[in-house]
Amino acid sequence: MNEMQFLTWVRGPGLDIAIGIFLLGVLWRLIEIYSLGRKVDVAPGRHRDGASGLHTVFRRSVPPPGMIKRSPVTYIGGYVFHIGLAIIVFLFEPHIILIRDLTGLSWPGLPSQVIDLVSVITLGAMLVVLADRIKNPVKRYLSTFADWFTWTLTFLPVLTGWMAVQHLLLPYTTMLALHILSVELLLIVLPFTKLFHAFTVFGSRWYLGKINGHRGVPV
Amino acid sequence: MSASLQKGINALKEVIDAPVASYFNSCVHCGLCAEACLFHLETGDPKYTPIHKLEPLRRVYEQEYTLLGRLKKMVGLSKAVTDDELEEWKELVYDSCTMCGRCSMVCPVGNDIVYMVRKLREGMAVSGHAPDGIKGATKRTVEIGGPMGLKWPAVANVIKKAEAATGETINVDKPGVDYLVLLSSMEIVNYPEYLEALVKIFKKAGITFTLASDAFEATNAGMQIGASDIAKVIVSRIINSAEKLGVKYVLSPECGHAYMAIRWEGPNLIGRPYKFEVRHVLEVLEELRQKGVLKMKDKFKEPLILHDPCQIVRRGGVLEAPEPLVQTVAENYIPIVDKQKWNWCCGGGGGASAIHTEEAEALRAKAFRIKKRQIEENGVNTMVTFCANCRIVIEEGFDHYEMNTQLLGLTELLAEHLED
Repeated sequence: MNEMQFLTWVRGPGLDIAIGIFLLGVLWRLIEIYSLGRKVDVAPGRHRDGASGLHTVFRRSVPPPGMIKRSPVTYIGGYVFHIGLAIIVFLFEPHIILIRDLTGLSWPGLPSQVIDLVSVITLGAMLVVLADRIKNPVKRYLSTFADWFTWTLTFLPVLTGWMAVQHLLLPYTTMLALHILSVELLLIVLPFTKLFHAFTVFGSRWYLGKINGHRGVPV
Repeated sequence: MSASLQKGINALKEVIDAPVASYFNSCVHCGLCAEACLFHLETGDPKYTPIHKLEPLRRVYEQEYTLLGRLKKMVGLSKAVTDDELEEWKELVYDSCTMCGRCSMVCPVGNDIVYMVRKLREGMAVSGHAPDGIKGATKRTVEIGGPMGLKWPAVANVIKKAEAATGETINVDKPGVDYLVLLSSMEIVNYPEYLEALVKIFKKAGITFTLASDAFEATNAGMQIGASDIAKVIVSRIINSAEKLGVKYVLSPECGHAYMAIRWEGPNLIGRPYKFEVRHVLEVLEELRQKGVLKMKDKFKEPLILHDPCQIVRRGGVLEAPEPLVQTVAENYIPIVDKQKWNWCCGGGGGASAIHTEEAEALRAKAFRIKKRQIEENGVNTMVTFCANCRIVIEEGFDHYEMNTQLLGLTELLAEHLED
């Protein structure tokens, strides 16, 4: 297989397989998790529950009082790389074109130079949170193979994408193929690892808000 | 696998629900919960990271409720939960967790960690891995009536003294009154002034109440140890008595976990709402204050800070009552930085104060340094709180660090300064 054939494969069958596993995986995992249900709380609530679940979905995006000071790297590093990833994935012109081809939806993107800068910042932030995971006693204690593995799988698409655009190290075609391949690996693994928090974070925050809101505590 | 371990694992399988599944799938090992846990902060030991305390529950979840986990289990790739492991986890689930729920306040993905600790305790209790201290308290509550082994004559004694001190008659087993008043053992033994305070305040407010000879104990060791069947037996005493007497309200004493047990867990344990309403004493007092019934003749002068008990405030939702009540009676109330739902636990909630091993007591003393700092940073010699268990633990802390600080119960402080 030469590099052109490699690129053709990752763009065609490879992408189809990855997206297929991703979609089925996400659907399966969501059913597996949320079909467990929960018992109705029969203790009369303090107030009407209202939108306490939804409130917490938003409120938890903001650090609680005093917490940034206790763990600045986690918060700042975390914000930077999450926002960075979102900008790169959804506002880079070639990605928007791919999404348009797949779904018919499109929106304006950012200039390539901006995406370049965001990519470098994102890679930097990811390296910082990795260093923190190695250095911070609690994070190191909690970390398993899956933590290092998922970090790598998240890092590689950003790195290879940036290198492809910059024409670094390998010919553009090869680097682009590697970039797409790394994204495919990420898609395949996402539903079955902690990366699935991208989906469950909303459910978790909602439950938390509901359970505590019932007792009258906004969390 | 031992029969008790099998029972424990079955208990865990039973308590796993969609929130638990969602929470475990959301955890990214960021470690922020450790920054909210007083046991981690005061020892620096990463094993006290709250989410780590749930590891046995997480593995049962993964192995029983996920496709990948079941496959791994089938081919022998997963590590089963063992008796040895649960025995090791006893310290993490009981000694070093007071179920204060502060971790649930900070988790960025929204995991209700304390909700899961409560569930893990179900498996720990059934499999025989709860600490002896809490086991003893639970046994005494079931067999004798309260965690300290107190019987009705002890309560009758407190009633007699309160009658003598106030000149009022206190009803016992009287149907049709407004409130059934509950006590906690610690109030009966250590803080009998609580009942006197209540008599004074309720008389002024024109509220009628009774005590019940078959349901005076508000605490629930069954809930603390994590045995729902036992918790149900204990809470049913109160429910049956209150519904038989036909009272409108049951008054939960200051005691934190008692409120949690009667107000929030009770209806779920018996599977239906009550025919009466449960109110915490501070909610009632705050209502009286707003109505203008709770007038003070003078104020407490010394500067003081407030300790908000976790189970009443952060977990129980009595958020708004404490501060205005303190302000009513204290001239120099100093609000602390981490107050109300952000307060730090005394270190002895969730049954921890009943564990009397050397290690547990040493750990509690370490955890108490967080309260010590709050007192010192605010330069006060007085702290007010409203939970009998917090009071015991805090006074132990004062003794341990030879601190010259006085601790007051809020209801008694109010009664002391009440207009005659």
